[in-house]
Amino acid sequence: MLTKSQAKIFFLAGTIIFSVLFLGLSYDTHVNKHDEQTNADKITPEVVAGKHLWEANNCMGCHTIFGEGAYYAPELTKVIERRGAPYVKGVLMSPTPWGEYTSGRKMVAYGFSEKEANELIAYFEWIGKVDLNGFPAKPKYEIKKTK
Amino acid sequence: MKYTTQKVAYWFFLSALGLLALQIIYGFIMGFAHMGMDVLHDFIPFNTARAVHTNLLVCWLLLGFMGSAYYIIPEESQNELYSPKLAYIQLISFLAVGVTAIIAYHFNWWEGRKFLEIPRPLDYLVVVNVLAFLFNILMTLFKGKRQTTTALVLTMGLLFSALLYLPGMIWFDSQTLDSFYRWYVVHLWVEGVWELIMGGILAFLLIKITGVDREVIEKWLYVIVGLTFLSGILGTGHHFYYIGAPSYWLWIGGIFSALEPLAFLAMALFALNMYRKGEKKHPNKTALNWTLGAAITSFVGAGLLGAAHTLPNVNLYTHGTLVTAMHGHMAFWGAYAMIVLAIIAYAMPNITGRKLFNNGISQYAFWLSNIGMIGMTVAFGVAGVAQVYLERILGVDFMETQKEIEPHFLVLVLCASGFTAGVTLYIINFFKFGKPTDEALVAAS
Repeated sequence: MLTKSQAKIFFLAGTIIFSVLFLGLSYDTHVNKHDEQTNADKITPEVVAGKHLWEANNCMGCHTIFGEGAYYAPELTKVIERRGAPYVKGVLMSPTPWGEYTSGRKMVAYGFSEKEANELIAYFEWIGKVDLNGFPAKPKYEIKKTK
Repeated sequence: MKYTTQKVAYWFFLSALGLLALQIIYGFIMGFAHMGMDVLHDFIPFNTARAVHTNLLVCWLLLGFMGSAYYIIPEESQNELYSPKLAYIQLISFLAVGVTAIIAYHFNWWEGRKFLEIPRPLDYLVVVNVLAFLFNILMTLFKGKRQTTTALVLTMGLLFSALLYLPGMIWFDSQTLDSFYRWYVVHLWVEGVWELIMGGILAFLLIKITGVDREVIEKWLYVIVGLTFLSGILGTGHHFYYIGAPSYWLWIGGIFSALEPLAFLAMALFALNMYRKGEKKHPNKTALNWTLGAAITSFVGAGLLGAAHTLPNVNLYTHGTLVTAMHGHMAFWGAYAMIVLAIIAYAMPNITGRKLFNNGISQYAFWLSNIGMIGMTVAFGVAGVAQVYLERILGVDFMETQKEIEPHFLVLVLCASGFTAGVTLYIINFFKFGKPTDEALVAAS
C-alpha cells in the first residue's frame, strides 16, 4: 500500500522531471525553431508597430489571431489572403462602426490614420505567413448559398 | 481550534462575491451582443465587456483564494495570522488596482492580451500586492506550531501562481513568442498551480467535514497534485499546436492533455470516497454539497469537456470557436468558483457564530446555480459545434455563421438567468450570517 512519503516522492519527482522537460522543450522552441518557422527576419519595425496597435486597442477582445482571442468577430490570421489589403485598410480607417448595417455587430470606429492602418496590415501580412502546422484548416466541402 | 484573525477572511469573501455579481452583469452584456443586441456598444463595446468579464473572474477567484488562505493557514499552523493589518491593506489595495483596471478598460487603456489585459503599470502593483500577501501567509506558517501538508500544498499553489505571473510581463516582438509565454501564465495557472490551491482547500474541507484521518487525506492529496503536474505541465502543449511553435507539440500536447482528466477524476473519486469513509456527520450540509459538487463538476467541466476537443485533429477545427467557451465556463465554475463558494459556506457559520447550516435559500442557491451553469454549457456547446460544422467544415462565412447560431444565445441568456438567481440567493444567504465576531471564534475554539 502506498505510504504518504511515497506519495510525496511521486509528487516531487514528477513535478521536477516534467518541469525540466517542459523548460528544455521551451528552450528548443524559442532558440532553435522559432525564427525559421515564423520568418522572424521579416518582423520589421512596421510589424512591431502593428503589434503594439493590436494590443493597445485590445483587438483580441473581439477577434482571434492564431485562433486565440474572443469569438465575436472574424479570425484574422489569414485576413489579408481572404479579403485583400485595400478592404482591410478601409475597415481600419472607417470613421463609422464597421458592420453596423450588415451584420448587427459593430466594430469600434477606431479611425486609424493611414500610417497606423499600414502598420496593422504589415502585422497581418507577417502573421499570415507563419507556419501554423495546418491552421486554419481548409473547409472540407464547398457549399452554395441558395437564399 | 479557531483564531480571531481568521475573521479577515470575511472581507475577502465579501469582496469576492461583489466582483462575482459584477462579472455576471458583464456576461449578460456579451450574451445579448451575441444575439445581435449590441445596444451598449457606444459605452461598453464587446472587447471591454469581455475584458471586464474575464478579469473580474480572475480577481474574485484570487480574492477567494486569499480569503481561503487567511482562514485556513491560521487553523492549520495553529497560530494567529502574522499581520491582520497588512491583510486589510492588501485587500484594499487589491480592490483599488482591480477597480482602476476595470474603469481603464472602458477608456481603451489595456494591454490587449487575452486574460492579461491589465495595463502594465498596474501589473507591478499586483506583484507588490501578491508579495505582501505571501509574506503574511509565509510568516504565519513559519511562526506556526505545525506545518501540515494541506497548508504546504495551498501555499505552494499561491507561491507558484505569483512566480508564474512574471513570464506574462515580458514583451516579445513576435506574436508566437508572446502567445507561447502568455500560456505559461494562463495554462500553468488554471491547469497547474491553481489545482494545488483547489486541492489544498478541498483537503482542508474534507478533513473538517468527513472526519477522515488527516494522514489518509493528505496522502491522496499528494497523489492528485502529482497527477496534475504529471499531465498538466506538458499538457500546456495543447496551446502550442497552432501558434507557430514546432509540430512536436502536437504529439506532446495531445498525449499529455489527454491525460489531464485523470487528475480531475482522481480528485472526484477521492472526495466521494472520503465522504463515504467519513464517520463524522457534519451538520453543514451546504458546505458538503459545494465541496463534493466542486470535485464532480470540475471533472466534467475541466476534465471531460477539455478532453473532448484537446486532440490535435479535433482541435484543428474547434480551436478559436465557441467550443472553447463551453469548456471554459464549466471548468472555471466547477474547479475554482465552486471550491471558493464551498469554503465560504464552511467558514461563515464558524466566523459569525450563526449556525445557518441548511436553510432553503442555500439549497436553492446550490441547485439553481448549478442547473443554470449546465444549461449555459449545453447552449455554448450546441452553438460551438454548429459553428464548427458551418464555418470550419462547410466554409460558411464567419458572420453568416454567427447569424445562424444566434438563437442558441437566447437559450444561453435564459439559463444564465437561472444561474444568476442561484448566485443571488447565495449572496443573500451570505448576508444573513451577519458580520464575523471575536466571540464566535473564541467560542468555537
